[in-house]
Amino acid sequence: MIPLAALFPLAIALPRIAFWGLAAVAVLAALGVVLHRNPVVEALFLVVVLLAVAGIYALMHAWFLAVLQVIVYAGAIVVLVTFVIMLLNLGPEARGGPGVLTVVLGALLALGLAGLVGRAAAGFGPRAAGAAWNPQFGRVAAMGKALFGAWFWPFEVVSLALLAALVGAVVVAKRRLEE
Amino acid sequence: MDAVLLVATVVKVTVIVLAMVSLVPILTWVERRGSGIIQLRLGPNRVGPFGLFQPLADGIKFFFKEDIVPPFVHRPTYVLAPGISLCAAILALAVLPLAGSFEVAGRTIPAAIADVDAGVLLLLAASGLGVYGILVAGWSSNNKYSLMGGLRSSSQMISYELGLSLAVISVLVFCGTLRPVEIVEKQAAGLWNVVFLPVGFLVLLVAGFAETNRLPFDLPEAESELVGGYHTEYSSMKFSMFFMAEYVNMIVSAALLVTLFLGGYSVPAFIRGPLGLTGNLLAAAELLSFALKVGFFLWFFVWVRWTLPRFRFDQLMGIGWKVLVPLGFLNIAWAAFLVAVLGVTP
Amino acid sequence: MQVDPGAVLVLSAILFAIGIFGVISRRGAVVLLMGVELMLNAGNLALVAAARVTPAGGELGAMGGQVLAFLVLAVAAAEAAVGLALVIALFRHKGSVDVDLARMLRW
Repeated sequence: MIPLAALFPLAIALPRIAFWGLAAVAVLAALGVVLHRNPVVEALFLVVVLLAVAGIYALMHAWFLAVLQVIVYAGAIVVLVTFVIMLLNLGPEARGGPGVLTVVLGALLALGLAGLVGRAAAGFGPRAAGAAWNPQFGRVAAMGKALFGAWFWPFEVVSLALLAALVGAVVVAKRRLEE
Repeated sequence: MDAVLLVATVVKVTVIVLAMVSLVPILTWVERRGSGIIQLRLGPNRVGPFGLFQPLADGIKFFFKEDIVPPFVHRPTYVLAPGISLCAAILALAVLPLAGSFEVAGRTIPAAIADVDAGVLLLLAASGLGVYGILVAGWSSNNKYSLMGGLRSSSQMISYELGLSLAVISVLVFCGTLRPVEIVEKQAAGLWNVVFLPVGFLVLLVAGFAETNRLPFDLPEAESELVGGYHTEYSSMKFSMFFMAEYVNMIVSAALLVTLFLGGYSVPAFIRGPLGLTGNLLAAAELLSFALKVGFFLWFFVWVRWTLPRFRFDQLMGIGWKVLVPLGFLNIAWAAFLVAVLGVTP
Repeated sequence: MQVDPGAVLVLSAILFAIGIFGVISRRGAVVLLMGVELMLNAGNLALVAAARVTPAGGELGAMGGQVLAFLVLAVAAAEAAVGLALVIALFRHKGSVDVDLARMLRW
């Protein structure tokens, strides 16, 4: 086994580079979602965000969750959103973009939140270094055992919530016969 | 990070992608000659012996055709859509094992590009992403027929994704693993999964036809109804990218069917034993076995296309939701019954 | 650890803030939904980052963080479905998805 780092010393930083790349893509695409005028393009930007987040999950070794994110979020939810946009034939928004005040307040909010969280996250470092590494972190088998074992009741309740949402969506969106 | 593994992965990606993409012209030749045989006429037979150079001629034609971009389309998404379709189609090839493991320089290298823990799910993810290509193509063309075709096609793909996932889940329940290599190995040790789960096989077969928009489920691109469906406004290379995406999807569907239900790349024991196949020779035999099985199903795709009439859209959706989904659920229950109650192991 | 969970947490905060910005500053109902999805994703990211640093025998169990993220995913799907149904109903009554038009509690 020839470690890549022996041949190409920068390779040890590859996960870090990948993470920063994905993070930049996610932030830029998220800005695209909220700032662009055309709904379908916004939906496509949302797909990019979701794929970037799935990539970050994979980098953190949560592979099952990464694949689920792509299948459920990017492959089903945003498709549904896009369908609705196309069925309702939504064009670009009539009004102009957000005003200057909104942008400034929004930026302050974002920076403030990031700063607060950054201070909390500073404590992640030392604890992470000493934390016991869970070798089964992203494994499908471990996830399955947890879902059908300790987390069984929340799992069933969420399935019922999905059923309720399904029925509710059909009822709310149905065309009333008297209209 | 292992340098040898990296090089092996790059080589595998290059070989598999190039092989699949160059399989597409051969498939078009099979389609045209095969349709000729079925319809009692000659197919293309002018360009080369048996018309074998016809795909080459088609490729040259596509290159030189004028690439018309209509002025009323939404350009960024118009240009992006064929790329999304093709990328998602090729991405699905990453998890399919073409053979067992090869031994190179004293190391065993698996023949699948991505032998990850959540194996088959990656394929479902990729086919879910393929819906965007069609949806966005239909919308960006700014044309009623394209939009209708795009909406119909993507709602068809999403509905049949359910049937596909249910059939796949039944195999996962039965084999107890998500990795295609392990599924194939279990089938190699025992009987093929189609013996235990015949209903699942049929569900996956039908869903595979619908996922790839092939007849009898190709109303979204029906020429008689919607001009060209979602690819009406596309010409030359962009159109051929959609075309290629459809054929690569066909290959992926056939390969999924073979891997999950028909023993994948495994060579049956009664051939493996007497011939004494081991090591790299076995891997080559497995590659051949996989190619033969997938080839048979590709021919089956072509055969069905030129034999059956197409379904009307409401019939199509009815089959997807009212027939395949309940059958899929029953099949999962049957698989669970086999494993838990009868204790049958693959 | 290869990826710094603290950095992931900061990223999730930024995405959350962008989501809130989207919900506050846009008027189309579908964009609001997309902003909400961004916020939910940011929350999921924070959950997984926290699960990364939790030792194996924590209070929520070894896989607790990821299972929570999975349940949030499922709930987000349910909420998106219902939200879109509401958008369709809004469009049918008002002819546009501008949420400023939905001022009264009854039609």
